[in-house]
Amino acid sequence: MSNANEQMAARYKNNFLKEIEEQAEMGEWVKMCMQCGVCSGSCPTNFHPGWDHPPQEIFMMIRAGKREEVLTSNSMWMCTSCYNCYVRCPRKLPITHIMHGIAEYAYRLGVAPKFQPTLHLSQTFWNNCTKTGRVNEVKLTQSLYFKDGFMAGIKKGLEMKDVALGLVKAKRLNIMEALGGGHKCKDIKGIQAMLAKAKELEAKRKAAKAAA
Amino acid sequence: MARKEYAFYPGCSSQKGASASNYLTSVESMCKTLDIKITEIPDWNCCGASISYAEAGELPRHVMNARNFALAESNLPGQDIVATCAACWLGARESKERLEHNSGLMADTQEALKEAGLNIKAIPEIKHMVEVLIEDLGYDELKKPVKKPLAGMKFAGYVGCQTNRPFGIHGESFENPVYLDKLIETVGGEAVPYDQKVTCCGGALAFSEPDKAQAQIKDIIESAYDNGAEMLVTPCPLCQANTEVYQGQINKKYGTKFNMPVLYYSQLMVLAYGGSAKEAALPGNVIRARKLEEFAGK
Ligand code: SF4
Ligand code: SF4
Ligand code: SF4
Ligand code: SF4
Repeated sequence: MSNANEQMAARYKNNFLKEIEEQAEMGEWVKMCMQCGVCSGSCPTNFHPGWDHPPQEIFMMIRAGKREEVLTSNSMWMCTSCYNCYVRCPRKLPITHIMHGIAEYAYRLGVAPKFQPTLHLSQTFWNNCTKTGRVNEVKLTQSLYFKDGFMAGIKKGLEMKDVALGLVKAKRLNIMEALGGGHKCKDIKGIQAMLAKAKELEAKRKAAKAAA
Repeated sequence: MARKEYAFYPGCSSQKGASASNYLTSVESMCKTLDIKITEIPDWNCCGASISYAEAGELPRHVMNARNFALAESNLPGQDIVATCAACWLGARESKERLEHNSGLMADTQEALKEAGLNIKAIPEIKHMVEVLIEDLGYDELKKPVKKPLAGMKFAGYVGCQTNRPFGIHGESFENPVYLDKLIETVGGEAVPYDQKVTCCGGALAFSEPDKAQAQIKDIIESAYDNGAEMLVTPCPLCQANTEVYQGQINKKYGTKFNMPVLYYSQLMVLAYGGSAKEAALPGNVIRARKLEEFAGK
């Protein structure tokens, strides 16, 4: 167990609900859930096999204090952001954001599942788009396919070859981007300074809550 | 002067040479016909999309959107922002809502923006291009320039998630939105009813969970075929890419014979307005829409 994780566990002792309320984005909504199950029936069907615990169950487990089970679960990472649950919940819980918020918190504590593909996607995407202010689609694709190592990358690359070739032919994938010729913002420096500040402020705000 | 002017937020995927560049081309010709002026927000940045939630955290995501708001406000004062990508639109609207309802978050955002020499006074309205069309102009206005109705062609309007939930287009229901069908009919096409209109295609998880996403996409295309559609029509670059580019892999995996072109609503409009295949960016489709190419040549 990581250090940040132990600290938070100690700080909130037996009150996991409070921990989620204070530390996860939109976590303060969890207590409003009335366990009707509408959200669980709303998740995209073909993602169901990946949902160990659909939203309703996750919320119940939070109240029951099942800290480790929740934070190490793959479940939140299966959310496609389809907002089906969100618009149907009779208690108006912003479920999509709560799922993302719990996932982000687990990642911040270092207890998210190792090699979680959607976590990897999230990291890659954000790092890619904040580097120059805009997404470099070729580099994004490369880093995604090479995540399992070089050979796996080549194999996946081959599987995806037809997809990529089709896009290149239709002038929708610009190979020049791989060489640094891609799209960028002019004020990259300003963007990075602004993001560094935002990160610092967010960390401060969350620490203040834990200290209160 | 044009009859309407907007601060345009194209988003990363609609840039030149990027995966939705054909969306941009067709939107530009559509706006020309409709006398709508769109001016790119100078030096706009990526919105971060929903998928960056884990790495980005909360504030940095809002700050990315806030930078675009500040740039639009100072460079194109008084203009609403219009986005063509459903994900950009949703992300920007979400940030606007949160910042306007949470003064602490707004104060932090302003402090971060200062680092880039920027500042927000009032966040502009944020519209999806579809809202500009049907709310600011209206179906009647959209119909006026139609020179060549797409008569006898059957389309399945694939609304997907993000233009529909959680905000949606004003007056539409979440379970059966009809704006896309109405746009198809406005340009003379037939909108077939089918039951996967608002099914999620998997979104960004098409990358990280390809098998599950492709199973969703298969259901969508299959239902469109079963109900007699010849083509799919979408309002969102990610829906477009997801439902188009994986059809080959789905065919290999499931033994299906999918080969259904997936168009943007803007491409149909350009064609109906008498535009060429090039103006409608038909060569940008990976699965070529032969029927429309012939139609454009007539
Ligand atoms: S739909 Fe809302 S109230 Fe019902 S179980 Fe899900 S979160 Fe709880
Ligand atoms: S937004 Fe996420 S949690 Fe909600 S229904 Fe869709 S996939 Fe499930
Ligand atoms: S939707 Fe995606 S690609 Fe488009 S601007 Fe937002 S993050 Fe960038
Ligand atoms: S890409 Fe998929 S997830 Fe995104 S808006 Fe379109 S249908 Fe929804």
